[in-house]
Amino acid sequence: MTETAARSSKAPLLSVRDLRVHFPMPARGILSRRRDYLKAVDGVSFDVRPGETLGVVGESGCGKSTLGRAILQLIPPTSGQVVWLGEDMASMSEREIRAKRQDMQIIFQDPLASLDPRMTVGDIIAEPLRTFHPRMSRDEQRRRVDEMMAHVGLVPEMVNRYPHEFSGGQAQRIGIARAMILRPKLIVCDEPVSALDVSIQSQILNLLRRLQREFDLSLIFISHDLSVVRYISHRIIVLYLGKVAEMADRDELYGNPRHPYTQALISAVPLPDPDAERAKERIVLYGDLPSPLDPPSGCYFRTRCPKATDHCARMAPDLYDVSPRHRAACHYWDQPTPTREHPEAGVVGAEGLTGRAQS
Amino acid sequence: MLQQDASVAHPNQPIPGGGAPVVKGRSLWADAWRRLFRNRAAVASMVILGLIVLVCVAGPWFVPYEVDEIFWDAFTAPPSEAHWFGTDANGRDLFIRVLYGGRISLMVGLVATLVSLVIGVTYGATAGYFGGRIDDVMMRVVDMLYSLPFMFFVILLMVFFGRNIVLIFVAIGAVEWLDMARIVRGQTLSLKRKEFIEAAHAGGVSAFNIIRRHIIPNTLGPVVVYMTLTVPKVILLESFLSFLGLGVQEPMTSWGVLISDGATNLEVASWMLIFPAVFLALTLFCLNFIGDGIRDALDPRDR
Amino acid sequence: MPSTLGTADVPAGADAGTAQAPAVLEVANLVTRFASPDGEVSAVNGVSFTVGQGETLGIVGESGSGKSQIFMSVMGLLAANGRATGSVRYRGQEILNLPRARLNRIRGSRISMIFQDPMTSLNPYLRISRQMTEVLVHHKGMTASAALEEAIRMLDLVRIPEARRRVHMYPHEFSGGMRQRVMIAMALLCQPDLLIADEPTTALDVTVQAQILDLMRDLKREFDTSIIMITHDLGVIAGLSDRVLVMYAGSIVESGPVRDIFYNPQHPYTEALLKSMPRLDDDILGELPTIAGQPPNLQHLPTGCPFRPRCVHAFDRCVTDAPALEPFDRGRAKACHLEAL
Repeated sequence: MTETAARSSKAPLLSVRDLRVHFPMPARGILSRRRDYLKAVDGVSFDVRPGETLGVVGESGCGKSTLGRAILQLIPPTSGQVVWLGEDMASMSEREIRAKRQDMQIIFQDPLASLDPRMTVGDIIAEPLRTFHPRMSRDEQRRRVDEMMAHVGLVPEMVNRYPHEFSGGQAQRIGIARAMILRPKLIVCDEPVSALDVSIQSQILNLLRRLQREFDLSLIFISHDLSVVRYISHRIIVLYLGKVAEMADRDELYGNPRHPYTQALISAVPLPDPDAERAKERIVLYGDLPSPLDPPSGCYFRTRCPKATDHCARMAPDLYDVSPRHRAACHYWDQPTPTREHPEAGVVGAEGLTGRAQS
Repeated sequence: MLQQDASVAHPNQPIPGGGAPVVKGRSLWADAWRRLFRNRAAVASMVILGLIVLVCVAGPWFVPYEVDEIFWDAFTAPPSEAHWFGTDANGRDLFIRVLYGGRISLMVGLVATLVSLVIGVTYGATAGYFGGRIDDVMMRVVDMLYSLPFMFFVILLMVFFGRNIVLIFVAIGAVEWLDMARIVRGQTLSLKRKEFIEAAHAGGVSAFNIIRRHIIPNTLGPVVVYMTLTVPKVILLESFLSFLGLGVQEPMTSWGVLISDGATNLEVASWMLIFPAVFLALTLFCLNFIGDGIRDALDPRDR
Repeated sequence: MPSTLGTADVPAGADAGTAQAPAVLEVANLVTRFASPDGEVSAVNGVSFTVGQGETLGIVGESGSGKSQIFMSVMGLLAANGRATGSVRYRGQEILNLPRARLNRIRGSRISMIFQDPMTSLNPYLRISRQMTEVLVHHKGMTASAALEEAIRMLDLVRIPEARRRVHMYPHEFSGGMRQRVMIAMALLCQPDLLIADEPTTALDVTVQAQILDLMRDLKREFDTSIIMITHDLGVIAGLSDRVLVMYAGSIVESGPVRDIFYNPQHPYTEALLKSMPRLDDDILGELPTIAGQPPNLQHLPTGCPFRPRCVHAFDRCVTDAPALEPFDRGRAKACHLEAL
């Protein structure tokens, strides 16, 4: 816990306040002026401190990838503040933003697609050096590339090979080397291990943790995989349809989730433990994700929520304080998630979906 | 796939094979070359085309005749020992004229294609990458130019500037780059969405450098294929112009001029048509096979 | 129930199932090879196992393990450059490499398969009603109206809301989770003996996956269908399977009842895989244990045991001798030279 205290006492590297990214949809008709907006990110706020990993968790359509890109200004935010080291990026010119890119980088979900197939690995990793230090000598560039390759666990003899000659895990290491070469302060990781085999995932996760320790790196780790996020994050936000459902420190979130969506997410993760998996109580949600173009009124989660009431339809919940560093957007966060008669939703025991009330 | 068993080095361990020479990687181009050389039709075509080019370029140094030398004793003479391809109505040796004609045709083909390549690729990549309004404007310009009747344009140029070899380059290049621009723009639009372009953007690379370093090299596959199909088109175009009397000036000649002359003399002196026509046809066939071969080599799934 | 396949009877290389005769599916020495421009690749290297009535067999492996190719071979869905040899018996009848006409009588009615991407099974241009009734009319000779009623009943069973209305919709009008349910419904229309599910929930959100897995559990209870669940997700395997096969580089490396595999793995790969997964229920201490090295390159497998380059327990014999799948204990088998982990 002292580690948490030490981290949270530093000034935030990145402060995001009420960030919104709305995509205009094509107009309804040629003559119509009304447009629908896809509210991919709809009012998200959080801080990231040096050396800290913020996990961003959610399922498809929650806006997590859009959020990551909006922070890096790869997608222009519609409104809200992205404050980097005290400066609001919305007020920066294109050139100023480009200068900041040395300090904030990104690694991608599909490692091979993120590498230019016609460039050698050495050139790929060196490109940021050439962009920001055009006068650096070739020898110096080469030295730094070799050094970074060693850091991420790549053999320097590979420097003249091409991306398609590598496996997924190795390609991801190349992507990490490229992101790290300028010693950034923050890396946005967009599902970096989802496309990798399980046995390789752990290698990459260990690598990221080690780099974080060695370089005092901050990470924004975006993933749908709760187990992976738990392993690598200090603090986690759970997104649903572009809004924050819950945010808390890691142990608090997994040990005491208060938003029914978080509870459902956690209980839905299949455990690699036959007895525990079959005996556990599950909260199964009803139905599917509503259309992001037409989210439900009031609380956007109410159509799938086991404890929604009329109040939820009328009024959207704020982020209530559960404890000093734990907030949940649910009117009934302090009440247990009840069972329901509906065969689909509620707490399920080992019997299966019988709809019978469980304790 | 790399053959090493433990190809992941831990930073604290000595690097396996430390001191080993740096290995040259197997680029996608190298893979494509290898596949191309397995294609027998393409290899044969490259050999034949190479021979034709060699003969047309170097041949005239070894043949003792001039392109406009008149042999008073051999007007419209059939092929013989002195004149391998015979002579034309003006007593000029056809063999040397076919070689010189080849020089012109091939040069026009190559230069015009290169011009259209440079203009078309840059134009198309820029329009495709920037998208939006810039793309709209740029492509509308292309559409407008497309709608210009080509012959009309060439005749206008001829009327204003006289018959000039350079003019032919300009005229042909001015038309061919349009197709190239469209193709490259299409390629760019699909490349734009790829993650490595996004990675370059996130890495602070400027738009100019993204286009130059990432987009253009990745469009070169289809571009090279299209080039091998453009060269025949261009040569044919030049032949057509010459056939109409709008091409090169006497005494310079091209295969098109020779074919034009040969066609009018077909009944009396068939050799005047056959030899240049065979050369032209052979060149076009070879270019087409090479183009097919390159396309297959670059995209093995299409086989 | 005594097992008719006692450990003494089991031929070497076979997985000793706990099934009573006749087994629903018996695979013996299946080898699947693909011809590629760079040479021949063996995707499946002599695999043998059985599936009993009402049993759920989980098959777990990573990329290159061959787990999907086994069933592409069984179902006659191999790509043009693939060849399968060996024996596959469905209720005693040999079905491997059966001519298409005869295979079609079994596929879709006695053995059904569902895939990761429902859009591969669903024709985007036809309504669901049409696609479902076709199956029933063709395989069971039902009339169109009876088939439609049955289709609606199936959709209800897989919990598609408003089934009567939705049956007439097109596939793209359904969400990913619902499409997968439709595919399950289609697969179960003829009440098959065996359902093969190839990564059915991998592309789905985890909450939707939980719904689908619960559905499969209920359906299994209701219809007593045998299920083969192919996935890389050990959690899914744990929750659904009775027995498990662990595959690596085209071979079975370990097999046994699900609890034995998870609580007492006897192959280094199984053990390492279980240890290297981040889990919700473990204490996060230091580094995650990893499996060193890279996934196997099927075109250049090492001599001896294919897992050897990555195995922390490897010794001399592992370099020269490829271990065969040998039974040990009750109903368990492993392909490893080690006495015990």
